[in-house]
Amino acid sequence: MTAPKRRSTMSPRLRMEGLARHGALLLTTAFALVPFVWMISLSLKPPEEIFQPAFHLLPQTFHGFDNYRIAVTAAPMHRFLLNGLFVCAAIFFLQMLVCVPCAYALAKLRFRGRDTLFSVVLLGLLIPPQALAIPHFVLLHVFGLLDTYAALILPWMISTLGIFLMRQFFRAIPDELIDAARLDGLGEFEIIWRVMLPVAVPALTAFGIFSVVAHWNDLFWPLIAVRNEDLSTPALGMLLFRDDEAGQFTGPLMAGAVIIVAPLILAFLFAQQRFIDSISFTASN
Amino acid sequence: MALVAGRRRREHGIAWLAIAPAVALLILLLFGPILAVAVFSFTDWQIGSSSLRFLGLDNYRALFADGVFWKALANTALYVAIVVPGTVILGLAVALLIEARPALRSFYRAAHFLPVMSTMAAMAIVWSTMLHPTIGLVNRLLAEFGISGVNWLRDERTVLPALAVIGIWQSFGFAMVLFVAGLKSIPQSLFDAAAIDGADGLLDRLRTVTLPMLGPVTMFVLILTAKRAFEVFDTVRVLTKGGPNFASDVLLHRLYTESFDFLRTGYGAALTVVYLAVVMLLTRAQARILDRRVHYT
Repeated sequence: MTAPKRRSTMSPRLRMEGLARHGALLLTTAFALVPFVWMISLSLKPPEEIFQPAFHLLPQTFHGFDNYRIAVTAAPMHRFLLNGLFVCAAIFFLQMLVCVPCAYALAKLRFRGRDTLFSVVLLGLLIPPQALAIPHFVLLHVFGLLDTYAALILPWMISTLGIFLMRQFFRAIPDELIDAARLDGLGEFEIIWRVMLPVAVPALTAFGIFSVVAHWNDLFWPLIAVRNEDLSTPALGMLLFRDDEAGQFTGPLMAGAVIIVAPLILAFLFAQQRFIDSISFTASN
Repeated sequence: MALVAGRRRREHGIAWLAIAPAVALLILLLFGPILAVAVFSFTDWQIGSSSLRFLGLDNYRALFADGVFWKALANTALYVAIVVPGTVILGLAVALLIEARPALRSFYRAAHFLPVMSTMAAMAIVWSTMLHPTIGLVNRLLAEFGISGVNWLRDERTVLPALAVIGIWQSFGFAMVLFVAGLKSIPQSLFDAAAIDGADGLLDRLRTVTLPMLGPVTMFVLILTAKRAFEVFDTVRVLTKGGPNFASDVLLHRLYTESFDFLRTGYGAALTVVYLAVVMLLTRAQARILDRRVHYT
């Protein structure tokens, strides 16, 4: 008797709570999404509409084609994106090459200095990368590598975060797997690349997404390392385009922003859960 | 016995081979450079110059006598003081709301996370058009209510809060995701126990179970957000270059300007050491708090 009665009194309250929840979340969602909507809206408008007193979300006259054409012809947008792709891929590949064997040794092999090395890695985690800018700049200058792809890639080859994450992951892999591989006559390096690496794909993906997002969006280091527009990564390219003549016009500028922001956003929308897990997993370690 | 010893030696050899590249790069790219920065900070060296004079603490003396440095330090502190509570409170509220009901949960989560993924250099430019005094969205909206807005990014009083709002915009989705993970790890049995004790309303549950259980996650989010806020650079570089009249200059932007615009390497190195010290202090606080968390639970 009491259960149905209680439900009937709760029901309107629950519905109100649900509505209040949507109401509040709509506000915060608007805060999060308005810049994207605004960017796309302006990227489709002719200049006179952008400056007119009345605002319309959709363009009265569609000017999108011209804005995007100006953006891709005035600045090498495709170069920026390809540079971003190449630099991020190269950084992650090298990080993996360096970090995985070291992480495996730290997790599974016994050797003198193992604990020392691990505390050094932990210490390295504390160093903010911006603090290394001056010596990295000097080092690249000495080797004549400034203003090259190498300048964008080499300083990031070593990642203490990568070593740490992979070591934690390898430790959880049972020793039996490795012993079985040894009995099969596999050498240690074959074990690393042919047994451990396939098992570690989830951890590698998590670290990979984190690394790519960080370097695709990085402005600080590319601003220091390269001057040549043809070598610019997306974030730096956006800045160069803004300071360029065509960037004085709001429509093409917003079109350029859409082009720069789109790849990561699209990748995220395709693999949302993986992205969210990876960013929170990597950050929480 | 000999077999085991041989095996040990072999394992040693392989281990050293496996760590060799990482160790070499740790020295060349991480710890060597930190040492180099410390050494540069005691000299008058400039990038590209062949002469170098030992100055002792002169760079630090000049730094601490420089009003612009103190201004940048104060601005950074104020920026952190706005962004951190804003991000944590907004992130927590959104996480609680999203997890309260299943309806549209994944849509809301993705929508709030979008700013975290976006290239700040590009989105900062978008924000500058939104904050534009005449054509910007913000002043158009304010005009609807009869309020005349200011030139947000050119006004000494509003520039830093405006940058802080952009900072909150970018990071509150990140805080939300961490809070959601924290919420999911609260065992259902605690809510059941609270319900038996009579705490079954939404606010009762929040007060007696949810918020106390989120304590450790909150600490963690607080420190991560503070660290990221200390590293603010992109918006400042793209939108204001520290202006007007240094009203939005921050530590990392000072470091960049002195080292790479003015090429005052020694001075920039001293600034780097100070920046490093500030970040390290923050991380030490983090370690201490995490320690305490371990003792409590």
